[in-house]
Amino acid sequence: MATETMSSSMGARIRRSSRPVTRKKSGEIRRSILPTTMLWVLAVLMAFPLLWFLLSSFKGGGELFTYPLSFLPREWTIDGYARAWERIDFVRYFGNTIVVATITTALTVFFCATAGYALAKYRAPWLSVLALCILSMTMLPGEVILNPTFSVVRDLGFYNSLIGVILPSILTPTGVFMFRQFFITVPDELLDAARMDGAKELSIFFRIMLPLARPIMLTLAIISFQWRWNDYIFPLIILSDPKNFTLQIALRTLIGSENIDWAILLAASVISMIPLVLLYLVFQKYITSSDINTGLRD
Amino acid sequence: MTSTMRSVVGAKAKDAPVDAGVGTSPSRRRRVKRRYRLTPLLLSAGVIVLLGLFFLWPGVLGLTYSFTSYRGFGPMNFVGLDNYAKLASDPTFYAALGRTLIYTAFSVPLGYALSLSLAVALTNLRARGKTAARIIFFLPWLVSPIVTGVIWRWMFGENFGFVNYVITSLGGGAVPWSSDPNLSLMVVIVASAWAGAAFNMLLFIAALNNVPKSYYEAAELDGANGWQRFVSITLPGIAPTSVLVILLSTLGQMKEFAMIQALNNGGPGTSNQLIVQYIYQTGFAQSNVGYASAASMVLLVILMVIALIQLAINRKANQ
Repeated sequence: MATETMSSSMGARIRRSSRPVTRKKSGEIRRSILPTTMLWVLAVLMAFPLLWFLLSSFKGGGELFTYPLSFLPREWTIDGYARAWERIDFVRYFGNTIVVATITTALTVFFCATAGYALAKYRAPWLSVLALCILSMTMLPGEVILNPTFSVVRDLGFYNSLIGVILPSILTPTGVFMFRQFFITVPDELLDAARMDGAKELSIFFRIMLPLARPIMLTLAIISFQWRWNDYIFPLIILSDPKNFTLQIALRTLIGSENIDWAILLAASVISMIPLVLLYLVFQKYITSSDINTGLRD
Repeated sequence: MTSTMRSVVGAKAKDAPVDAGVGTSPSRRRRVKRRYRLTPLLLSAGVIVLLGLFFLWPGVLGLTYSFTSYRGFGPMNFVGLDNYAKLASDPTFYAALGRTLIYTAFSVPLGYALSLSLAVALTNLRARGKTAARIIFFLPWLVSPIVTGVIWRWMFGENFGFVNYVITSLGGGAVPWSSDPNLSLMVVIVASAWAGAAFNMLLFIAALNNVPKSYYEAAELDGANGWQRFVSITLPGIAPTSVLVILLSTLGQMKEFAMIQALNNGGPGTSNQLIVQYIYQTGFAQSNVGYASAASMVLLVILMVIALIQLAINRKANQ
């Protein structure tokens, strides 16, 4: 941000170099009022639903349904949280979700890196076919062929097991193409030099290329972890025993009932988000400042 | 992704590493060649297996199911095109498909406008507090579809929701956000724009930063105002990204399921049942696997047509 401000003030100096410094400075401030206001109006709009939801979770069951509503809780209480913790076996569901999200993410990063490298650095007709097949996965998402995917998982013997949730979601076209785009930018000379030195193809990949791709690995890991943490449809069809539920499916049981207990639902939803928010705050620069231009969607 | 596609198709042995062993004996060269053929296969073996197991096999299986009266167990009876014929005259299917198209037609433009506004606001050189705003803009991305549904259901509650509270405080009547089908769909549309904005914003930020600054300076010297600069420099400059964002969000919205389940469960009644929920209901709740697979195949064809149309538009625009 500092560099941005600097370059804009430099531009201003070139344009109005004859004006006194003070006027230039006040002009800068005046001209930044409109964009800054726009930015923060949008920020408030985006943040408000979250904030309202978060603050409501600290209101007592009675206050949630008493007019007039107030923005801040009149009486802060964690009663909803205590009841949510009692009602939902969070330890178990956090455990299941963490297992699914971590294992899937590790496998996703590994397989996408190897395949992305193969697609970027080798030429063969079958590789182009493979690339097209993977690309078509973005257009023909797995969510749409629910029954057959369910049959495949069942026939493999993974019905109602976490493995059944993990396996179908490892391969993401986004991940493969993120790595492919990255490895294309790595100069072929590096590869040739390593070959001249007699390095084996696989060790070139693991020793030289993979370490270079560390930023991509991190970005994909965070994105993939978020996807898998929030996944809904595959766990829903594959897991039947409440013992194996992931968080999202457990939350769903709170919404499914006729009379929603909002105090519990709000608190449980907040709790379910805590790990991701912490992860995001630590690693946010890897997502928000990455120049992502491949089809990032799952 | 569109550029990816072009390069995938276009890149033919441009810099094939196969010739690395020039000048060595023929046998050595052949060995090198074979090694290079084996390595990519080894590297992509995992992906090939996964692709086969969880994409190609289900695809073929789904197509097969769609010609049978399979119910999830027992024998598969071949019924020819019966499922498709039945589908063609099924009002519930048409209702779900129509509702999905309406939902997509509104949520994609709204999401596009919102994410582009966020990106423009964030890339403005004069705006202050961009680092904080960027973190805030990105928060909704962390929220799962289920929780997104909960958040917006809570905001737009008919009796004690925030929005209706504000409306009644200002003297209006309570708006039936959840008992009126169209209003209920509107809430879903707003929620989807909110939830999807962050990611598309990232794509737009990258694109906006690539528009040459000199164009803006030239336009400013010529006296173009902010809006004119936006329309005649920014929008054309980010056109490929716009196509990408519209394509991805169209495909994403067509398969909306989790968020709407939490928000209104396709209600009131079944008035907002979207197509994936229809497939889920038919295929799992009613166990009509053959029939649901036929509906899946129709949806796949629609998605493919949408994707091909947008890729064609993009190719034309690039020429």
